[in-house]
Amino acid sequence: MNDYIVEMKNISKAFPGVRALSDVNLNVKKGEVHALVGENGAGKSTLIKILTGAYQKDGGTIVFDGKPVDIKSPHYSKKIGIQAVYQDITLAAHLSVGENFFLGNLPMRTPLTVDWKKVHSTASELLASLDLRIDSRTLLKDLPVAKQEMVAIAKAMYEKSKLMIFDEPTALLANEECEELYKIIGKLKSDGIGIIYISHRMEEIFRICDTVTILKDGRYVSTLPIGETDENKLISLMVGRKIEEMYSIEHHPMPEVVLSAKKLSSKGIFEGIDFDLHRGEILGMFGLVGSGRTDIVSAIFGATEITGGEIEVFGKKERIRKPRDAIRLGIGLLPENRRTQGLALPLSVKINTNLAIYKTISKFGLINHKAEKSNADRYVREMATKTPSIETAVRTLSGGNQQKVVIGKWLACKSKIMIFDEPTVGVDVGSKSEIYKLLEKLTKNGNSIIFISSYLPEVIGVSDRIIVISEGRQMGIVDRDKATEERILKLASGIADCSDEAIREVV
Amino acid sequence: MSAKASVEKGSNTRKPLKLKTEGTLVLIMLVLVVFLSFATKGFMTGNNLSNLVRQTSINGIVALGMTFVIIAGGIDLSVGSVVGFAGIMVALLLKGGMGIAPAVLLTLVASTIFGVINGFMIYDGRIPPFIATLGSMTIIRGAIMLISGARMVAGLPKSFLDIAQGTVIGLPALFFVWLVLILVAWFITNHTPFGRNTYTLGSNIEVARLSGINIRVNTYAIFGFGALMAGIAGILMTSRLANGIPTGGQGYEMDAIASCVIGGASLSGAEGTIFGTVLGAIIMATLRNGGNLLGIDPFILQIVNGVIIVAAVFLDQYRKAHQK
Repeated sequence: MNDYIVEMKNISKAFPGVRALSDVNLNVKKGEVHALVGENGAGKSTLIKILTGAYQKDGGTIVFDGKPVDIKSPHYSKKIGIQAVYQDITLAAHLSVGENFFLGNLPMRTPLTVDWKKVHSTASELLASLDLRIDSRTLLKDLPVAKQEMVAIAKAMYEKSKLMIFDEPTALLANEECEELYKIIGKLKSDGIGIIYISHRMEEIFRICDTVTILKDGRYVSTLPIGETDENKLISLMVGRKIEEMYSIEHHPMPEVVLSAKKLSSKGIFEGIDFDLHRGEILGMFGLVGSGRTDIVSAIFGATEITGGEIEVFGKKERIRKPRDAIRLGIGLLPENRRTQGLALPLSVKINTNLAIYKTISKFGLINHKAEKSNADRYVREMATKTPSIETAVRTLSGGNQQKVVIGKWLACKSKIMIFDEPTVGVDVGSKSEIYKLLEKLTKNGNSIIFISSYLPEVIGVSDRIIVISEGRQMGIVDRDKATEERILKLASGIADCSDEAIREVV
Repeated sequence: MSAKASVEKGSNTRKPLKLKTEGTLVLIMLVLVVFLSFATKGFMTGNNLSNLVRQTSINGIVALGMTFVIIAGGIDLSVGSVVGFAGIMVALLLKGGMGIAPAVLLTLVASTIFGVINGFMIYDGRIPPFIATLGSMTIIRGAIMLISGARMVAGLPKSFLDIAQGTVIGLPALFFVWLVLILVAWFITNHTPFGRNTYTLGSNIEVARLSGINIRVNTYAIFGFGALMAGIAGILMTSRLANGIPTGGQGYEMDAIASCVIGGASLSGAEGTIFGTVLGAIIMATLRNGGNLLGIDPFILQIVNGVIIVAAVFLDQYRKAHQK
């Protein structure tokens, strides 16, 4: 009678001062891929943490595999067959793939010695069953992130999960790696495992999920079979806005060139990068993960060594050797990984906002506390950052709000050229559209932007021109009105089409 | 009880937490003082208290410098040796006939250089702080033995000894030196870019770098400041003991680290306050002093000290975990 693997009914949870969840339902069938969507702060993570035992629910019931359960601890959650795969891999990087499968539970040959043969043969079998060509003796840290994630999934399968939770599993993966992941999820599904899939990428939700549950502001909105909804409907349920409105921003490109890369190269990483960035322009940069796009902007920012070519900033040839040089020239970088590169997590919003300008707001070596505070207040206001106060540690803010704090840092710095490296990864739809609006506002004020993204509709939607990178080489620059997904994908896969006159400046 | 309620009301995490860590410490200190003044005859005497204050001040100064290093996510095991080195160096210079001011100044410069060398090894040589300063701790102690021939340096001018033995409005002058340095350190952490950078470095070096903070200069400055404090402490120690003592300052690094962590600093960086460290230092010294007065076996006292360090950090972690 019961084909549900988990039934969560009327779940509620409160934290001091906030009601995180009230009366939320989530029912996942066996062999179903169930999308869980909502803006950040909608309560997805809280709900998942209740399932994995990281939080205790305040009210409601959970029935798992037909039996009512009380998930008291992460240990208990694992024991009954719930596994979660997070975007940050939680395995031991310095151990081999095989060992990672058996962490804490290595098969023994004698009471004191490990049965390595068994470790690696079992691991190899498991990897093979998932069509993964990985040697179980490889150290985890030597694998690319995507493969590491596959290993984490394989491990969860080994542990006989009945319910698997994927929290933004494709956030760090390139397109072809996503394909691999979808295949594995298909396999899990056919094995009758229930899957909860959290993602901000609409296209994949519609591709691999069967059912979708929508949360908004800690409340349950509805559960729909995926066939009975579409992207527009889903987004309007999540935020009450339509999708095409999101990308429709005003464009303000001007003729003046603010930054010019001339045959820029970094030995073994990229070469022949050659473009102009204009005042008020949004220059999109598209390439698959590993194409070198992050290294290119990192080089312009002085964090990666440049071995050839030159950079002109506001018409003057400049040598940028370290981030400090770039910042002095008015360049700001929102790094790809805001948590490890963009923010000092334990420190307050106020300190993070002023991080790059403490020298400028100090006189005779003393911080001007008024300026420090008013900066923080100003950018929290301008950015509509949701934070209890400017003294709050940024660690406690949601992804979108953290991103706003990083942007505020560079605005406070009066940066004229801003590099956004994947600013919308792991950010909910609502904050995404706020970020696009912000791009509009920045360019209107005469700032110029280099915008990196792995999500094609987004790059095409917001950029004035798109520079496409493949394997460290510049494949071409495409104008906004000529940019189609097909054209750009072709270039990004390394197919330069010289006959296509929409593509300029092919190197 | 009321303290707890106020913490739960505010969702702002930093301030109530700080107040609570430090509030607890003040409470522990008061309990200690009240207990000791009833349980022993000797505690509340002028003689004992001024002695206590003198010793606390010297260790407390070392702890001030250590606070910066720990907030920046580092550790400095060499400060005890720097205390010893400064103590011997100033004594040798004075005995050689140099005036007090130049002798003190030279010694402080030398001490600071040790710190900068530590910073150099750590930033430019990419040696983990623990290892780099373990090495310099041993090297500097060896240098002390070499220049002093492992002998005490006696016969220092009276005017020098008066620095530590003198009193100002009835309180040991050393106390005022410490007080001034506490204010300076507090001021630096809260009102200067250097103070903010120290926290940022301890939080995430990569973020600091990408925000244009000069990591090299800040690393030098942080370890330099720590060693400068140790140098001041060493000079004051020699003045107090009336002799340059080659083994002086041994173990002071542990005492300083303990003061910081009891005061709420985290060895993983970005957490800690000057006020907390000051309270930590006072508690450590009071315990030692009280233990002596109670006639507790000094070896047992040492064990108790160790237990207290571990317990303090454990309680702090436990409380923080349960606040989230």
